[in-house]
Amino acid sequence: MKIDSIKDGIVLDHIKAGRGMLIYQLLHLEELDCSVAILKNVPSKKMGKKDIIKIGDADLQLDFNAIGYVDPDITVNVIRNDVCVEKKHVALPEELENVIKCKNPRCITTTEQELPHIFRLADRHEGIYRCIYCDTKASRHL
Amino acid sequence: MRSLIDILELSVEELDELMNTADDIMAHPAKYSEVCHGKKLATLFFEPSTRTRLSFEAAMYELGGNVLGFSEAASSSASKGESVADTAKVVSCYADIIAMRHPKEGAPYVASINATVPVINGGDGGHNHPTQTLADLETIRHELGRLTDLTVGFCGDLKFGRTVHSLIAALSRYNGVKFVLISPVELRLPDYVRRDILVTNRVPYKETTDLEAVLPELDVLYMTRIQKERFFNEEEYLRLKDSYILTADKMKLAKEKMAVLHPLPRVNEISVAVDKDPRAAYFRQVLYAKYMRMALIMKLLDIAVEIDAKEEA
Ligand SMILES: [Zn+2]
Repeated sequence: MKIDSIKDGIVLDHIKAGRGMLIYQLLHLEELDCSVAILKNVPSKKMGKKDIIKIGDADLQLDFNAIGYVDPDITVNVIRNDVCVEKKHVALPEELENVIKCKNPRCITTTEQELPHIFRLADRHEGIYRCIYCDTKASRHL
Repeated sequence: MRSLIDILELSVEELDELMNTADDIMAHPAKYSEVCHGKKLATLFFEPSTRTRLSFEAAMYELGGNVLGFSEAASSSASKGESVADTAKVVSCYADIIAMRHPKEGAPYVASINATVPVINGGDGGHNHPTQTLADLETIRHELGRLTDLTVGFCGDLKFGRTVHSLIAALSRYNGVKFVLISPVELRLPDYVRRDILVTNRVPYKETTDLEAVLPELDVLYMTRIQKERFFNEEEYLRLKDSYILTADKMKLAKEKMAVLHPLPRVNEISVAVDKDPRAAYFRQVLYAKYMRMALIMKLLDIAVEIDAKEEA
């Protein structure tokens, strides 16, 4: 299968195979007017197979924290005039705002809907996040 | 400006400092009777807890300050849908410090990031209740003279008892502390507390269902209430509850110098006959709680009073 290479845009590369759609939803890419392509199960030397997302807008502000949370191994390439001008490695972010919701029914966020759902990284090694209000753990197994 | 939401926000040094202040207040109450003159404490109790509210109010009065507030959500603006954040901003205009109790976990934290005065968490659901833990620590230190090298037993409902979890976390920071966890299997300490606190900090502990067997080892026995609704059936409850009741007879097995604590209110898990025992510390614990709240209010309001040097024996 052949997909046109991108002239101006953002390429999310090295997405764990099968997670492309999840990233698409988490970044709300369905709301964009520009072209968006999800490539699934692309052969990769490093990973065996991987997913790739191509977005036809180089100036788009992406929530890198959300990307890092779902898959800290993703690389973000910004392409302008066929040249990759920026290559970013995302990592597990220190803080997540409105990426995941607290599932504790006793948490203050359940009664005060205006409050942002904020989670902080409690253990980088284990990838554990905790709600800043009630300390409930969030599991990264989405 | 600082608040107190979780007991672990205080370092061991700060805990010592608070306990030293509390001891000094007990020894020289007159010295402290006007230190909060002209200051106001707002007690915002979104759920009733008369005991905790009275303790905060008594603490502020004994420091020469004043108190305002409400004791249930129905009489506050929350019943009109005001957010915790807005309440905190508004009350900051009236009071110098806030003590808040709320049924939702994290509400006092939300208040603390929106208030312009210090906020003390007076209990948020099953989550944190740091002034209870301050009282527990001061009770142990004052009764036994130390917080290190202790064998501390917890008895009863270790599954849902937040005071137990917080005290275990706080005591785990002291050297030579061992825990004995005494409960029916159904009400064992939750795995996450065991893993995150005991295993992570390599704190020695053992679990048992037999209070009498371990009583002779204990320096501290922290009793909790076993609630009937925690059990699957009435029969199970009736079968188990008696083995977790502390009686004068069982106290004969305990060390001569030890302390029995209880967060109160008690129902029947400690027989009234034990109250006369000098080792029964649970009513003095209420007093220590008030002194620790006084020390905390002073600390958060940056009121420093020279502490008299301890007379060493
Ligand atoms: Zn939460």
